[in-house]
Amino acid sequence: MRLTRTVALTALALIAASCQQKEAPAAPAAPAPAAPAASDKILLGHVASLTGEQATFGDSTDKGIKLAIAEANAKGGVKGKQIDLKTYDDQGKPEEAALAATRLIVQDKVAVILGEVASSRSLAIAPIAESNKVPEISSASTNPRVTKDGDKTRAYVFRVCFIDPFQGTVMAKFATENLKIKNVAILRDVGNDYSVGLADFFSKKFQELGGKIVSDQSYKAGDQDFKAQLTAIKGKKPEMIYVPGYYTDVALIGRQARELGIKVPLAGGDGWDSAKLYEIAQGALDGSFFSNHYSTENQAPVIQDFVKKYKDAYGSVPDALAALGYDAAKVAIDAIGRAKDLTGPSIRDAIEQTKDFPGVTGVITLDADHNAVKSAVVLGIEKNAQKYVTTVNP
Amino acid sequence: MTEFLQHLINGLSVGTIYALVALGYTMVYGVLKLINFAHGDVYMVGAFAGYYLAGTVTSEQATLGRASLITLASMLICGAVGYVIERFAYRPLRHRARLTALITAIGVSFLLEYGFQLDAIIKKPIEFPPGPSPRFFPVLLDLGDPFTFLDVTVPKFDVLAIAVAAALMVGLQLIVYRTRFGTAMRAVSFDSNVAGLMGIPVNRIISGTFVLGSMLAAAAGVINAGARHKIDPLFGLIPGLKAFVAAVLGGIGSVPGAMVGGLVLGLAEEFVVGYTASSYRDAIAFTILILVLLLKPQGILGRVTVEKV
Repeated sequence: MRLTRTVALTALALIAASCQQKEAPAAPAAPAPAAPAASDKILLGHVASLTGEQATFGDSTDKGIKLAIAEANAKGGVKGKQIDLKTYDDQGKPEEAALAATRLIVQDKVAVILGEVASSRSLAIAPIAESNKVPEISSASTNPRVTKDGDKTRAYVFRVCFIDPFQGTVMAKFATENLKIKNVAILRDVGNDYSVGLADFFSKKFQELGGKIVSDQSYKAGDQDFKAQLTAIKGKKPEMIYVPGYYTDVALIGRQARELGIKVPLAGGDGWDSAKLYEIAQGALDGSFFSNHYSTENQAPVIQDFVKKYKDAYGSVPDALAALGYDAAKVAIDAIGRAKDLTGPSIRDAIEQTKDFPGVTGVITLDADHNAVKSAVVLGIEKNAQKYVTTVNP
Repeated sequence: MTEFLQHLINGLSVGTIYALVALGYTMVYGVLKLINFAHGDVYMVGAFAGYYLAGTVTSEQATLGRASLITLASMLICGAVGYVIERFAYRPLRHRARLTALITAIGVSFLLEYGFQLDAIIKKPIEFPPGPSPRFFPVLLDLGDPFTFLDVTVPKFDVLAIAVAAALMVGLQLIVYRTRFGTAMRAVSFDSNVAGLMGIPVNRIISGTFVLGSMLAAAAGVINAGARHKIDPLFGLIPGLKAFVAAVLGGIGSVPGAMVGGLVLGLAEEFVVGYTASSYRDAIAFTILILVLLLKPQGILGRVTVEKV
């Protein structure tokens, strides 16, 4: 009796184990160059935060990418093949982003991964793309560590946007030269690589230009109550509060700051760029500024053309994330066209040689660190909508 | 001085939310000796119930009547949720080891959290489950500019919230100490077997306790969402844990203790975050928990109980 039971259980366990093996995702250890699935379609992968705290980032980027792919397909695709897109939702969590990237590489065998918007999630994907030799292009991650592993530049990771040392400088210079502000308080998201990095770069440059950081407070993404930090900041009487966070938290911070009677402007970076910022803030952020990748008010034909195409396709005005997604997809498609063949290393070499590519967000040339050198715009918020203020060149 | 007073006001505002949720923990512990870890998620359900009601069932204007209706309705919905949880998750395990019920409580907590993060199954008239993206509670009451005195700003909504929370706590005190139901509750918390022998319907009393606790959690959820606006399925986790700490701080099993504990925790959090590094916000609650358990395990208002073998 006991023997039969043991045998039965062992058999069940073995069957269960063998079923598992078929679907076990490969850990990022395979060093062989992953060739995309040989078929008549070229597959691009996209890891995006379609839900979660930064849902609009993933959604806008995905729409921009789809627009670029539709355009390319209408012109006959690339290398005679049509382009297809596979998007996975990482829910705004770095672990899910890593999982999604692995799935794209091992299961779907994509040619290029269009990487995440948030730097913390791109940092999760970068080592996976690197070790599996699949090129990754991040559309909007600005933390320098995404393309650099210590002192070495990651061979397979690229980005089409500027990086935070520049972005921090943009706001520091704007505050000092345009707004003539000498005292700033910083309120950073302590769990977010982007926010911490950008706050550090801003702080360094602002102090270099003669300003003073009167208070440096932090919060955690997802916190609901910022009044303690804001009260401490209010006591130090800054002329501006630099909040380099993501739009959900920033909008709430703006509201609570106004509730506490803080009247000074807030400032921030490209993490503010979302239609939801204005929806949540409801006027609390009027008079504030943030640095961004492009402005829809720019009359340049390439931008207005893109805005019109996006509006026709989706019925809304494209934010910087959509424009960057569009540019990233176009750079990827262009590189695939120039590549020798469709293996990872060849596409990677082609991407590395991207020079003077006419993007919507500016002319894209990838430097030695695989970053794009572009200018930034400063946008102000008036009557709960964004307004172009000035451009800052690198 | 201004900063101190401002932190005081903020702390009271945050503390009343913790106090309301802690009341649910303490009542359930008193009656069942069970720490209901799902209570923080009942708070979350209450906030979402209010969100759905505000969005769809009622009209757009922010009036006092509408706000009261939303609060009461979500309290009733959460009461029902509390009843269902008790009836189907805890009652069958009442005669088992306490650890079993505790783990079930954690299970219910996960069920609520991750169940609410699924993609919407019902689309109209409300999108349910709401999914992982945060939602924004509409403005419940537009009371105008905040009070200012001595350069301290006190939002009027916070004053109203504190008043409503105080009224609910006074109401609970009356129920527990002045009604037959309350007396029965206290009897069951002394010894449920003997109370049953005396003719008290123990099952009904326990269900009633859960319903009452859940109603208070729902009120806390709506009040908090009305002031701080952002709700998402995981946002009940940390406040639930902090409310548990508040209940322990005040003396678990003691109703006035939960109120005191909540307020003290809220104030402690605001003062520490305001005057020292702000990344210690969540650490404060757990530091207090460790200190209380090491130094005075019965809490501020708790009684030392001796177990006779």
